[in-house]
Amino acid sequence: MESTQIASNGFISAAYVVAALLFVFSLAGLSKQETAKQGNLYGMIGMGIALMATIFNPAVTSIWLIVLAMIIGAGIGLKLANKVEMTQMPELVAILHSFVGLAAVLVGFNSYFEAGHHVIITASQQTAMNIYLTEIFLGIFIGAVTFTGSIVAFGKLSGSISSSALALPHRHKMNLAAGVVSFVLMIIFVQNGGSNFPLFLMTVIALAFGWHLVASIGGADMPVVVSMLNSYSGWAAAAAGFMLSNDLLIITGALVGSSGAILSYIMCKAMNRSFISVIAGGFGTTVVIDEDKDYGEHREIQVEAVADLLRSAKSVVIAPGYGMAVAQAQYPVYELTQQLISKGIDVRFAIHPVAGRLPGHMNVLLAEAKVPYDIVLGMDEINDDFPNTDVVLVIGANDTVNPAANDDPNSPIAGMPVLEVWHAKEVIVFKRSMNTGYAGVQNPLFFKDNTQMLFGDAKTTTEQIFRAL
Amino acid sequence: MIISIPKESLKGENRVAGSPSSVSALIKLGFTVRVQKSAGTKASFTDEEYSKSEAEIVTKKVCWQSDIIFKVNPPTLDEVALMNEGTTLISFIAPAQNPDLLAALQEKSITTLAMEMVPRMTRSQSMDALSSMANIAGYRAVIEASHHFGRFFTGQITAAGKMPPAKIMIIGAGVAGLAAIGTASSLGAIVRAFDTRPEVKEQIESMGAEFLEMNYNEPEESLSKGPGDGYAKEMSKAFIDAEMALFAEQAKDVDIIITTAMIPGKPAPKLITDKMVQSMKAGSVIVDLAAAGGGNCECTVAGKVVNAHDVKVIGYTDLVSRLPNQASQLYSNNLLNLAKLLCKEKDGTLTIDFDDVVIRNMTVVNKDEITFPPPPIQVSASPSSTKKEKVMPAVDVVEAPVSSTKKYAFITAGMALFGWIANVAPADFVTHFTVFVLACVIGYYVVWNVSHSLHTPLMSVTNAISGIIIVGALLQISSENILVQILAALATLVATINIVGGFKVTSRMLKMFSK
Repeated sequence: MESTQIASNGFISAAYVVAALLFVFSLAGLSKQETAKQGNLYGMIGMGIALMATIFNPAVTSIWLIVLAMIIGAGIGLKLANKVEMTQMPELVAILHSFVGLAAVLVGFNSYFEAGHHVIITASQQTAMNIYLTEIFLGIFIGAVTFTGSIVAFGKLSGSISSSALALPHRHKMNLAAGVVSFVLMIIFVQNGGSNFPLFLMTVIALAFGWHLVASIGGADMPVVVSMLNSYSGWAAAAAGFMLSNDLLIITGALVGSSGAILSYIMCKAMNRSFISVIAGGFGTTVVIDEDKDYGEHREIQVEAVADLLRSAKSVVIAPGYGMAVAQAQYPVYELTQQLISKGIDVRFAIHPVAGRLPGHMNVLLAEAKVPYDIVLGMDEINDDFPNTDVVLVIGANDTVNPAANDDPNSPIAGMPVLEVWHAKEVIVFKRSMNTGYAGVQNPLFFKDNTQMLFGDAKTTTEQIFRAL
Repeated sequence: MIISIPKESLKGENRVAGSPSSVSALIKLGFTVRVQKSAGTKASFTDEEYSKSEAEIVTKKVCWQSDIIFKVNPPTLDEVALMNEGTTLISFIAPAQNPDLLAALQEKSITTLAMEMVPRMTRSQSMDALSSMANIAGYRAVIEASHHFGRFFTGQITAAGKMPPAKIMIIGAGVAGLAAIGTASSLGAIVRAFDTRPEVKEQIESMGAEFLEMNYNEPEESLSKGPGDGYAKEMSKAFIDAEMALFAEQAKDVDIIITTAMIPGKPAPKLITDKMVQSMKAGSVIVDLAAAGGGNCECTVAGKVVNAHDVKVIGYTDLVSRLPNQASQLYSNNLLNLAKLLCKEKDGTLTIDFDDVVIRNMTVVNKDEITFPPPPIQVSASPSSTKKEKVMPAVDVVEAPVSSTKKYAFITAGMALFGWIANVAPADFVTHFTVFVLACVIGYYVVWNVSHSLHTPLMSVTNAISGIIIVGALLQISSENILVQILAALATLVATINIVGGFKVTSRMLKMFSK
């Protein structure tokens, strides 16, 4: 392993520096709509340079094997990326994270198998060996957690695993025990100068831990989980970089890791959850549903009446949620928007930071339907405008428009900032039934005097309104 | 129990503590109501109207012999002498300024509730007579000013020439100040307003005035240590100097100044000096709403209009009384709401419940014991902390902000740890670790700026980039160990899926983002 490092000449190092810089530019470019495409391009070029430099490294020989593996991989990747529906983005992202985790585990084991070649003479070599073994151990641990965690996240998002939170007894103690045991195993592993048993045992524990970590998180918290796994996959890559003494891997892993961590933090803040409890896992499970409370009667409205309301409105705000994604209603919503705008009505979209199952999920869907992004506003930008709004259409959103978050300190979502749609003159809620949202709490919005319910599939009802106009 | 409403004895007082409608509401609560003969005459309430509301019209002497007395102004000592022992008195008292009165009331065990002691809480707003009276005073101040001001308020361009609009400065944006702002701007004047509390800026602007700002910021801690009772407080010397400079400059420009600055329990601050009055244009008007408390203007004479340097300074102390009918109506409604709070059973008896902060705060004499001043209560926290409380009720786990000492402790511990690692570990590792830390910091700064609509593309790009782990696999694939070779090939394969899939899906997504 060390031999490859010595063989990497100045040219390769330079290529790695350029690649690392391009990755930084790539992330920076993605901060604005105008530069986002450029950012993606930078990322591709950076990756290309890094791959070329590595493949043409004289120490790398088995070119045919590389090409074969890469062609197969590229084929699968392209197929996945082309086929995916925008509503299924969260699943795709989750499964891709699991690949990084798997690769990290494999790289870690390889490093371990190769480590046997070292001869230890001096004390400083002993220290170096200890550090190296620790890196391997940590790398495999993070990789394994990411791997199974992402698979469970994928299962939950695609619906093949129940999305409700798994609540095993003593789950926090089990998580703690997994951590402690892994730590003890690491010490044994390093003391023995690398031995099979602790490493394999830890791998099994880490795989189970990753599975349990995500399984015990409810579906409503998926945006946080996905970005958290994104962060973990970065740290896995960074750990691999330490093992291989490769700065490019370290830099890239750290970039991805901190980016994912910040995204999770932003999500947490939007949901008023503690960052620590997210990282520790098993959050969002303390839901107490108060079924007994009497909220009064909700009112129903029909499609024609909605059309009438919209015709006489001056300003309309649409607040979409996961329900819009499920019903694939973004295209009819866009057509409706177009028609309203052509009638001189001011139409805007209000996006809650955690609407959907992935950070920015709604924005992607609306963009897919060609809704211009300058009428798509964030919660902070639009919350003050609701009192001046005539009609708000809540399409498949529930917890993100729940006034209980502000009013009811006992609500499980208490304190979470929400879209204050109830300040508008009229609120129309598009919903299938009176069932609760992901957080499992009743929504007093549905029973407010200025709220009317429009039941049915969001796509069908939106199309009907469009025709009625 | 019997509630009596005597005629106000104070000279120039036109108000009365009960209106015919409040009287009938009190009777519905189970009380018997007696009204002194011609008590409401000056407020345009006739004895017939009171009789119709089923009140007994009685003589002065009978009136004061009662269980409960509703009044506007504090009773004189003679009036206290007329009262039975153990009577309950509800009225304006000015307890801080009238210790003799309190002593006299205590001697006769007269339980006394002072109307100026209603705390500023949402719950007690319906009883807040100071606010309801201040509203009237603010309106009347503008009307009085316009009466003495020889010009239009609104600007006009007519065939006979152009008339500029009047410029009015209002100092203090409490209830009176805001009412004055509203009245003056609806008459068409240009209104500017000043208040020591920067948080009222929004309220001032919502009433149609310009908020005057000065070039001085009171140090944070002195602002946050305010009394928190919803009233203005005394400011530091530097603040007052800056404030005075602002007033001096404005005095030269404006036509009318209305001052409403009062600090509870203290003489009114002198804000408009003789010199400032001198600098005003001839014919200008000053209305001093704080005249009763000594006045905000040096030229004010309480109760009179004086001419100082060709400026009319209005020091009426009875502005509220100049709208006697509605002032009485509002005041009697305040009293009625208080009666509802005191008589929850609607059985015509009063209960003084000291567990209720509103009642505790108002009660200045309880039977034979003086209970003034009351223990302090916080009714309005400083603006920023109220907001926080609203946003985060202490239900969920909210990250406690790391105190700065803790932060420094962490930094020190982190540096010590790093130093130890650097000392023990080989140089090679330290270099890599440095790179790692720097990259984390770069990632931190780069990602914070990402607009939230781009979170999904960002995630898929970082996903693709984290496929960089392929480099590790590629370096291992040339191993002689066949197992390593197979595993590395597998790692290469999955990492490639990641890279290609991630970039491809990102570019698909970004293509859809169009303007």
